[in-house]
Amino acid sequence: MNDLTPTREQRSAALEGMGCKRKRVEDIRFTQGKGNYVDDVKLPGMLHGDFVRSPHPHARVKKIDDSEALKVPGVLAVITAETLKTVNLAWMPTLAGDVQMVLADGKVLFQNQEVAFVVATDRYAADDGINKVIVEYEPLPPLVDPFKSMDKDAPVLREDLAGKTSGAHGPRKHHNHIFEWSVGDKELTDAAFKKAEVTIKEMISYHRTHPSPLETCQCVCSFDKIKGELTIYGTFQAPHVIRTVVSLIAKLPEQKIHVIAPDIGGGFGNKVGAYPGYICAAVASIVTGKPVKWVEDRIENLTATSFARDYHMTTEIAASKDGKVTGLRVHVLADHGAFDACADPSKWPAGFFNIVTGSYDFPTAHLAVDGVYTNKAPGGVAYRCSFRVTEAAYCIERAMDILAQKLNMDPAELRLKNFIKPEQFPYHSALGWEYDSGDYHTAMRKMMETTGYAALRKEQAEKRAAFKRGETREIMGLGVSFFTEIVGAGPSKNCDILGIAMFDSCEIRMHPTGAGIARMGTKSQGQGHETTWAQIIATEIGIPADNIMVEEGNTDTAPYGLGTYGSRSTPVAGAAIAMAARKIKAKAQMIAAYKLEVHEDDLEFDIDGFRVKGLPEKFMSMKDICWAAYNSVPPGMEPGLEAVSYYDPPNMTYPFGAYLCVMDIDVDTGVYKVRRFYALDDCGTRINPMIIEGQVHGGLTEAFAIAMGQEIRYDDTGNVVTGSFMDFFMPTAVETPHWETDFTVTPSPHHPIGAKGVGESPNVGGVPAFSNAVNDAFSFLGSTHIQMPHDFWRNWRAAKDLGAVA
Amino acid sequence: MIPGSFSYHRPASVADAVKLLSDLGEEARPLAGGHSLVPMMKLRLATPAHLVDLHGIAALKGISRNGNNLIIGAMTTQHELLASDEVAKAMPILHEAALLIADPQVRYRGTIGGNVANGDPGNDMPALMMTLEATYRLEGPGGTRDVAAADFYQGAYFTALEPGEILTSVSVPVPAAGHGYAYEKLKRKVGDYATAAAAVVLTMSGGKVVTCAIGLTNVHETPLLAIDAAKAVIGTSLDAATLKKAAAAASAIMAPAADARGPVEYRKHVGGIMVTRALQRAAAIAK
Repeated sequence: MNDLTPTREQRSAALEGMGCKRKRVEDIRFTQGKGNYVDDVKLPGMLHGDFVRSPHPHARVKKIDDSEALKVPGVLAVITAETLKTVNLAWMPTLAGDVQMVLADGKVLFQNQEVAFVVATDRYAADDGINKVIVEYEPLPPLVDPFKSMDKDAPVLREDLAGKTSGAHGPRKHHNHIFEWSVGDKELTDAAFKKAEVTIKEMISYHRTHPSPLETCQCVCSFDKIKGELTIYGTFQAPHVIRTVVSLIAKLPEQKIHVIAPDIGGGFGNKVGAYPGYICAAVASIVTGKPVKWVEDRIENLTATSFARDYHMTTEIAASKDGKVTGLRVHVLADHGAFDACADPSKWPAGFFNIVTGSYDFPTAHLAVDGVYTNKAPGGVAYRCSFRVTEAAYCIERAMDILAQKLNMDPAELRLKNFIKPEQFPYHSALGWEYDSGDYHTAMRKMMETTGYAALRKEQAEKRAAFKRGETREIMGLGVSFFTEIVGAGPSKNCDILGIAMFDSCEIRMHPTGAGIARMGTKSQGQGHETTWAQIIATEIGIPADNIMVEEGNTDTAPYGLGTYGSRSTPVAGAAIAMAARKIKAKAQMIAAYKLEVHEDDLEFDIDGFRVKGLPEKFMSMKDICWAAYNSVPPGMEPGLEAVSYYDPPNMTYPFGAYLCVMDIDVDTGVYKVRRFYALDDCGTRINPMIIEGQVHGGLTEAFAIAMGQEIRYDDTGNVVTGSFMDFFMPTAVETPHWETDFTVTPSPHHPIGAKGVGESPNVGGVPAFSNAVNDAFSFLGSTHIQMPHDFWRNWRAAKDLGAVA
Repeated sequence: MIPGSFSYHRPASVADAVKLLSDLGEEARPLAGGHSLVPMMKLRLATPAHLVDLHGIAALKGISRNGNNLIIGAMTTQHELLASDEVAKAMPILHEAALLIADPQVRYRGTIGGNVANGDPGNDMPALMMTLEATYRLEGPGGTRDVAAADFYQGAYFTALEPGEILTSVSVPVPAAGHGYAYEKLKRKVGDYATAAAAVVLTMSGGKVVTCAIGLTNVHETPLLAIDAAKAVIGTSLDAATLKKAAAAASAIMAPAADARGPVEYRKHVGGIMVTRALQRAAAIAK
């Protein structure tokens, strides 16, 4: 050893492994405009498709006349449901066990529904063509309000389901009913309410919104008639699932389908499902023998592809006078739109909404969810959350505040009193989950100390007094939120999509020079997988992250995976990476033992290689082992150094966090200012703190948007009135508050590296923090619950209703 | 979101542009910054067969002083307006309002002429121009005429412009030295039209309002001058009762549409508050 010999710290830092704020490798291309997105795919002879869409929310389609459209120069074909019927594709299965029209078949059921697909030589001609297709409609009464969907005289939306008294999830009790799903002990819960000292009940709505990724949904389909092969470039969060679905519904052999998801500009759940555009582009390519591109515009994305939320949650809590919760009862009315195209694991029609007991030790609970049809776009995707977990977190966090108000207790104190205690983990919740780990009290207290919570409450009391004296027109709210997420779907025992277990996968191939490639079943849409996956491998096998290339999105080269959504990538694929890396490491150890002429048990791993125990000079680096793997492996061993792992998680992971929002509202205009927002996240082991911080910033910004104004709104006649960013609230950097981030670390005991996932926590925890802040601000004027979104005029209306504005 | 086909023309003089517009008739539209027209074309809500691009006409650009008036060429961008020291010094309210128009990218391209000539009640500059008693120069096949901003707006997207006419410049009298001013705009986010906005230009003497003009944006199908509200504050020290009276007088002439920005009642209510706040702020900086 001499002065130039790197220290252990230097060797470790050189790896840029787990815990390192490694810069995002993908940003080199993204920041230079060199990403390769679907719309960048230009194939020779490529045609363009565009949709004729319905102006009506509910109407019979009497006639489609394409004769004028076909005269437009460049227009080659107009595809309708009748065309699709010839290949048995007029309808397609949804992820939720329902069926959905690809193109209007006799009827339209929501405004902007796809009616015909015009194929032309360029994008302009296609649009000229759609303006020349004449569709004759007979308008029918629209059903907009989900609370009226099961009225006796409610219009029949789904004539295809006539006479079907049961659906994919059991009995249907009305022609517009989709399913009823219930869980928990009803009798025990009812009994708890009967003897409760205190109860609260509130209908808490989580309005319809939309993930609205920067890049809309799009694809290029190219059918090779000679080989009988279909290549699909698309904005897919789950490319392998798309391949299997296409194979099943188009009856094409799966090996002849190539699905490629190039760079994706955000997904947030919007790009999980299958859309009519994909089917029509594929059929158009098969019919014309040419590649066909379909690219949605913003209006189409907001009004026709998957929405999120639209849960109306009647929530009751039973408690003792001193604030100990004794029971939870929730009924959800879920508006699924015209088709049940909810993206949930197949056995979970309401996702993991049964996480609704949250972070609290409810001895008993009961939950029932009714899904209904309305004349609105289908969807119900997990918009930056695990399946229906944001709805659940909002429901319980809002309800706990309402209970605190009724008991005249501080909302933070009420939470501390009811938290699941550290020694109760693994914790079995009343609604059936096994929480892996948590230390809620520490996180909550850290939040309260760091933010000066007690002083803020004191300031609020003073401001309220000043308001009542008429000295100020501003009110102050403190929004406390303590969420527990359930992510990492999921264990094969309870999670599948169309029968495929929700494992994920990684294949690592090391090259002779100490470099390698990792191929994944996941698909980054901006999460930074190319950066973080390499960091896990770097720490596990001692090869610098910079030497590992991460590849995703090509179903021909990647191992089968279930994709990226629901914060599942780190809990599931992250584990697969560690397990594959450990296989590499195990073989490397055998090679090192052979080269160092010792028994493998005499070796210990030391950052970036193996060392003979007790003989520090006898060391072989992983780089040298990689070389040896290709020329001098032990007798009987196969050369090469690669491994694949399919990881079936034993349990979900349960990230949690404590958030606080400090907000001031001018009652005269309803204008709010987020003075402070503090977010403490515990996502277990932290792989890249910089990326975690970025994820938290992004998720909080989306939460801010949703809580404070972002909605998909329909008027009484079924017109969607939020079809562009002029009306759909998409905050810019100017409106976005400053975020303070913090953390605690409670590793997952069952995950190979203890990581839990973080991407969606800030959306899940953020929405209740904002809403609780608004509600807390108004509570002293006598309100218990004000529905989201809390935009300026609704805040003013709340103030007016409470008598605070003349 | 794909426009239909159209012919593109780029005349080099106002005379050529006027001739093109007259010859091509209703099928032709002049193109300035394009922020209103191009999105309408992408939605095919506007389908002009001809676009007459005014960017090739050098005479339509620039800001100059003519006696007590600032002459702003119609193709002067909001960005150029913001960069002008003359505007910042002589009529700071224009500077303040231009900063509230959308974002820098929009302001690089958006023009004064397009903003005032389109007749869009959501645009900020029309109410400003009415408040400042500006005059628009219109050039057409019948020659040149000047129309007061206050007489220009007839309805949403309906103006005094005759077929073939182009708004070529805006002439704004420089307000008195020491005047107070404010443009109060409530909007949901950057890039949004006003939920309600009020422009105030006033002069004070001995703590009392001597002259006052109040303009209102996006609370009616046209921009408005709140004449009664302005009258109500003359001779007062803007005490609470006067402010209330002025706000009520302004609200009384508002007829906004209910939209995602809020119901009619809210938009009128905050319109009154914008008037109150603009008056207070203007008074505070008047010398």
